[in-house]
Amino acid sequence: MPTESAVLDALSGVRDPELDEPITDLKFVSYLRIAEDAVDLRLRLPTYFCAANFAYLMVADAKEALMGVPGVNHARVVLDDNYVSGEINTGMAEARGFRDTFPGETESEDLDELRAIFRRKSFVSRQEKMCRKLMADGRTPVELAQMSVGDVPSSEAFEKYLDRREELGLDVSAEAPLLVDPDGNRIPAEAVVEHLKFARVTRLGIESNAGFCRGLLAARYGIEDPEEETA
Amino acid sequence: MGTGERWIGRCDEDPDRSASRCRERRNALYEKDGEKYFVVDGHTHLWDASPENWRTEHWGKGWIECFYGYHQISPEEYHWPIEKFQKYGEETMMHDLFEVGHVDVAILQSTYLYDFYTNGFNTTEQNAVIKEKYPEKFILNGRFDPRDGGNGLRDFEALAKKYDLKGVKLYTAEFKGDSKGWKLNDDAAKPYFDKCLELGIKNIHVHKGPTVWPLNRDAFDVQDVDYVATDYPELNFIVEHVGLPRLDDFCWIAVQESNVYAGMSVAMALIHTRPRYFGQILGELLYWLDEDRILFSSDYAIWQPKWLVEEFVDYQMPEDMEGEYGALTPDIKRKILGLNAARLYDLQVPSEVPQEEPVMSGSEPEYPEQPV
Repeated sequence: MPTESAVLDALSGVRDPELDEPITDLKFVSYLRIAEDAVDLRLRLPTYFCAANFAYLMVADAKEALMGVPGVNHARVVLDDNYVSGEINTGMAEARGFRDTFPGETESEDLDELRAIFRRKSFVSRQEKMCRKLMADGRTPVELAQMSVGDVPSSEAFEKYLDRREELGLDVSAEAPLLVDPDGNRIPAEAVVEHLKFARVTRLGIESNAGFCRGLLAARYGIEDPEEETA
Repeated sequence: MGTGERWIGRCDEDPDRSASRCRERRNALYEKDGEKYFVVDGHTHLWDASPENWRTEHWGKGWIECFYGYHQISPEEYHWPIEKFQKYGEETMMHDLFEVGHVDVAILQSTYLYDFYTNGFNTTEQNAVIKEKYPEKFILNGRFDPRDGGNGLRDFEALAKKYDLKGVKLYTAEFKGDSKGWKLNDDAAKPYFDKCLELGIKNIHVHKGPTVWPLNRDAFDVQDVDYVATDYPELNFIVEHVGLPRLDDFCWIAVQESNVYAGMSVAMALIHTRPRYFGQILGELLYWLDEDRILFSSDYAIWQPKWLVEEFVDYQMPEDMEGEYGALTPDIKRKILGLNAARLYDLQVPSEVPQEEPVMSGSEPEYPEQPV
């Protein structure tokens, strides 16, 4: 029988695409039961009107993550208290795709394009966070422009940056330039300051929204609102 | 009543029955540490979300309970029971805004939502009742929806003329039949913006929400603001909730379009539970826009202006962030709290409130790249 820690570990790889945090950290998992080779999971979100597309992605990703855990042969994921809970839960149970879950309400088969936008935002945000740390440690913007991936000592911020970078299919080898845009183009030394100034806004948009959503979830379900963490 | 006392009654209820004296009786201005502030609340509602008005429980109850979640991140002493939150009425609103809330003028924004509420959530006509009772206290904004079809434009013109509208609030995410939303740059919206120009409606408040069709797109996308702001330089576009959660996209548009403004509702509420994020958001807005294009608002009755105004006037950038964002002066706060909105709506500001000239910077360097 799969262990709870193996299941939670797999779920920690599922992120809210918009908030760029694992659904486990965000406390979106409201119920988990493991019986033999079957897992029952319930997810909850901060508001009734949390966007249908992101909700769908998280439910589908959670199901896929569960099915990837050795020993799991059946996984049921149910979304609580959302305006499209009914559609999503039926769609999941009947293994419909996104388009067939919301017939007539989408323009394309899946959500790849939407997901790509938020992967790019996440990449920029994580890059800014890493640079912020490097600059606090004494690096200058010009130095950042000259550095390669292999020049950076390991840290949580750096690992997350590499993870998001890899997700975009960009080069993460040691010789690759450290600072690139989401298309993989190197950021020239003279543009680094402006690049990071704007990246800061991208990060702030994501992080403050995540903070807001944590507060809303806490109020909605009567759980503790975590302390504010900011860069 | 002596000077400085608050008069919030109707003029025709003035015990002295003197209309001219009534007009002179303005509220005492909010004052703290020797600084006076003229407060315009840029976003308020008088809604009816009581069960009797729900078209269906799924939408009517769901909508107001979603709002209630936002309400509950207020300081605890401001929490209401859900029944009161569903329908709080005129008297409560007058008390919360003007008796205790430090507000001098409030803008009534309408949100129709006829698909969710039988009589509408808070329509222009509903808001007009309180506006007519307290004309000095409120600015009444209307709305249009390009999906209204045949008579839509004519009805909008009639509404605008009837109430002498100077502003509208557009809710692009509103459900309407099979449609789950529209875009400001839809062809169908053009005649409405032209009509705004013709009628002297120059303030366009825009709200984004999470239910836009088609579902495979980003529902909070603010790009459409960019198009109309370019096409209609004479109109002011006040983006409510500063585009959150798309702050980066919003700033990118606002820095290029000098007729785009930041409406602070929702972002304001962070001041209490996430003060550092609040400081950072404000700092970014001051950097990318400038102090003349940021408008205070409470989004009443989700949040109450009393604690927002008090906490904002007391707010200072955390010390470790001052280097990055600079300090907040009383002059900057005065602009955000009221002077900027007063400029957009041609309101007369009492002479005892110091008024700095607008800086109208708009000189930030071009972006090195498109936002992601």
